[in-house]
Order: sequence, then structure tokens, then C-alpha cells
Amino acid sequence: MITREPEFWDAPANPFAAFGRAIVQTCRGTGRGLMLLFGALLRTPFAFSRRNRRDVLEQLYVAGFKSLAVVSVVALFTGMILALQVGLELRRYGQETNIGMLVCIAMLREMGPFMTGLVVAASVGSAIAAQMGTMTVSEEIAALDIMGISPVRYLVMPRLVALAVMMPLLTVYTDILGILGGAVVGATQLGISTTAYFDNAFRYAVNKDLYVGLFKAFLFGLIMVTVSCHQGFAATEGAVGVGRATRRSVIVSFLLILIIGYFVTRLFYQ
Amino acid sequence: MIRFEHVTKHFGPRKVLDDIDFRIEKGETFVVVGLSGAGKSVTLRHMIRLLTPDSGRILVGGDCISEASGADLDRILSRFGVLFQSAALLQWLTVLDNVCLPLRQKTRLPEEKILALAREKLALVGLSHAEDLLPANISGGMRKRAGLARAIVTSPEIVLYDEPTSGLDPLGSRQIDRLIDDLRRRLSVTSVVVTHDLYSALGIGTRVALLYEGRFVACAPPEEFIRSTHPAARGFLRAQGIETMEDVRKAFQE
Repeated sequence: MITREPEFWDAPANPFAAFGRAIVQTCRGTGRGLMLLFGALLRTPFAFSRRNRRDVLEQLYVAGFKSLAVVSVVALFTGMILALQVGLELRRYGQETNIGMLVCIAMLREMGPFMTGLVVAASVGSAIAAQMGTMTVSEEIAALDIMGISPVRYLVMPRLVALAVMMPLLTVYTDILGILGGAVVGATQLGISTTAYFDNAFRYAVNKDLYVGLFKAFLFGLIMVTVSCHQGFAATEGAVGVGRATRRSVIVSFLLILIIGYFVTRLFYQ
Repeated sequence: MIRFEHVTKHFGPRKVLDDIDFRIEKGETFVVVGLSGAGKSVTLRHMIRLLTPDSGRILVGGDCISEASGADLDRILSRFGVLFQSAALLQWLTVLDNVCLPLRQKTRLPEEKILALAREKLALVGLSHAEDLLPANISGGMRKRAGLARAIVTSPEIVLYDEPTSGLDPLGSRQIDRLIDDLRRRLSVTSVVVTHDLYSALGIGTRVALLYEGRFVACAPPEEFIRSTHPAARGFLRAQGIETMEDVRKAFQE
């Protein structure tokens, strides 16, 4: 059962007790989040079963297409800003022809998955947390539990599959638009021909850059769904609780995207 | 059918249920009444394991639900249908899809059979005309009836009603009451109703129990309950303007 009994805690006696309790609650939350993730992963073989097919397709649409507009704008301007900043510095040393390489590698390795992760966490992740939170406080999750319908299979797994698939695809899209944005700035602001830009870009980028970026995006998708659903299911106290769950889901997702992103980079590029 | 054995429950320092001990027989409509915050819904939630007792145990047809887990718990829960206070319909599904949901997710019935069963239950609660509407587009009373259709679509043995008439006007309340009574007769289900509406309780209950300060201070058939001498019961009856069963009958006839 996902539905949990309300918890009652005495006021902490001193700051040390409050700190200790915060650690205990963080550990419990992490444990519950991981259990939720493993529960959803175990149910992924049912993703296209008769019961879940419709929900999975709907979530693929929501996660992929509904965030496309905002991802496009963010991707394009990320590439443009990157090209402009790097290009202006490189021009001082007469090396502005290398912006293609720098923009391409930065987008593939870091900026593509990172910017996509932030945008999707803020849009799709927060929406998931708000929906799960509202369902929890209005007893819809309890109703599913009582009807014997696993909320993990019915609600979490389709979202997990959707973001695990769509995050890498959106990242490829972000990479392409970012690199194109860099080319536009290169051509219009720095006087670098698009042929020279792309030639330089693809000469130094390697397949590993793309794969590591996509792997990061896949991990970010798992993180977002787990955090958002976990925060939503833990919501209490009506609308205030739903707001709190949504805010926490965005903050925790952002922090984990940064931290996990760093460790993946360290793992592959040391 | 359902037995509470010396169940005690605390929420923090506050004792909500204090050693309550009672049984509900098969086929009866057992109504729990009491003031807001008296622990009525807490009692109901113990029956379906949304809460577990601090001490004591709860038996459903011989199975201890308060200690069951995994497949055992699923099997016991499958005997229940629950109408939640807010109806708890999924907002993105139509009324018909909400009623079909437990059958689609829990059975391997063909789609035509699922639709036929759902439409049959919707007809039973008088909602055939609203099957394509979303929960946001129907009234509170209709939402409760849709929730009830969903609760009975799997043909449960026991139906729990959490404040079925709360938020409804008197006419809507009596309509739901008649429906609960009608379903008990037609489907032979055991019903447990939690309400603070004494007209409902006395009108549909085969036994009415008053929960006061964590204990049942009166538990009797309606005709006896109305003559209860316990101060809390007298106060509760007086507050709702009920002196005789005739007052209740009149309310149902209006």
C-alpha cells in the first residue's frame, strides 16, 4: 500500500534533536523513494500490457510533446549564449574558429542533458508531484489501494517509462538546436562560416560524448519521476501540502540532477 | 462478519479509539454516528487497513486484517467496496471509465463484459445519462453515486460508506440513503456507514452506534437507540430535532 498512516512527532527538545530527526527523516525518505523506483522498475515489463498501454502512450505524449516548445527555446538560446561568450573570449586569441568544437562538446556532454533535465523537472516533474499530491489528499490514492490497483503500476510506472524514453530523445533535440544556435551566432556575430563551424564541431566530438550525455538524461528521467511521485504521495494537509510537495520535488530534482550529473561526468571522463 | 477486539488507537498523545469491542453481522447496516473528530472515520479506516491499531485486532470473516500483508491483505480487501467522503473519483476519467477501472485493472474480463457490468451499476445508482461526463462536470450527489457504482462494480460482500451524505442538501441526502438501503436489499451486502446525520443513521441502519470520547456509548437498533438515556445520545438527538421514529419517517417521506 502506498497510503501511509499520519505521523505524529513531539517537538524536538533542542537543535541537536531537530538535526538528528532531520537526518532520520531524510534517510527514511530516501529509502521510500528507492523502494518506489525499484517497484516501478520491476513493473516496466507490463508497460505495454492491455492494462497499461494507454497510460504509457499518454504519458509519452505529455512528457515529450508538451514540453517541446519550452525545450526548443531553452536549447536554442543555450547554444547561442555559449557560442557568444566563448567566441568573444576566443577572438582575443584569434581562436574563434574553435567555437564549433566547444559548443558541440559542451552541449553533448553537459548542457544538453542538464538544461533538458531542468526544464522537464520544472514542467513535467512539478506537474507529476502536484497531480500525485492532489490525488493523495483527496483520497484517490487510498481508493486505488483499497481497490487492489497498485498506484506504482498504474501511476508511477507509465511516467517512469515515459521520461526514461523521452528524456534522451529530448536531449538529442536540445543538442541539435543548441549546436544550430551556436552556428547562427557564429555566422552573424563572429563571422565564422557555417561550414567551418560544423567542420570544427564534428572533428573533435566523439561518440562517447553523445552516449554519456544520453545516459545522464536517462538517469535524470528516473530521478525526476521518483522524486515527484514520492513527494506527491507524501503530501498531507490539503492544498498547502500539495504546494509544499511540488516545491520540494523541483528543488530535490534540481539538486540531484546537479550532483548525479557531476558524478557521472567524473566516472566517464577521469 | 467484522469484529473489533479491544482496539485502541492514539494520534500522538490523543486517544482516538479507547478499547472498542464490537461485531458487525453479515447482511446488516451498521451505522456509526458521532460528533466531528469523534473517531468515526478512524474506525472505518481500520476496517480496510488504512490505519492499524496500537493494540487489539480487527477480524474480517475470521481473517485478521490488522496483521495481514501481501496477497492475504489483497484477498481480504477484495471483499470490500468503499465510498469515500470525497467519492475519490479519478478526475481525468469519465464516470463510465471510473466505474470500469477496477474491472479493467483487476480482471481479465473482455471489454464488452466490463462495459455491460459498469453500465448495469450506473443504472442501479441512476447515472446512466452521465456516463460520458467527467467528475468535475457533475454535482456532488452525482459524484457520490458514481463513487458508489465504482464501489459495487466488483460485487463486494461489504460496502463501507464514509460520510455518504456530507455536503449534500437534505433531498440529495435522502436520495443517497434510499440508495444505500436499496443496494443492501438487492445485493445482500453488509454495509457500514459513518455519518453525523442522525436522520440517515436512524433511517437506514439496522443498528446505530454512537462514538463518544473514543468509546461506543450507545449501540442498538434505531427504535432502541432513540430511547437511549445516555447524555451524549440525548444531546445528539436533541441537536438534530429528533424525538421519535416518526420524525425520521417524515424526513424520508418528504
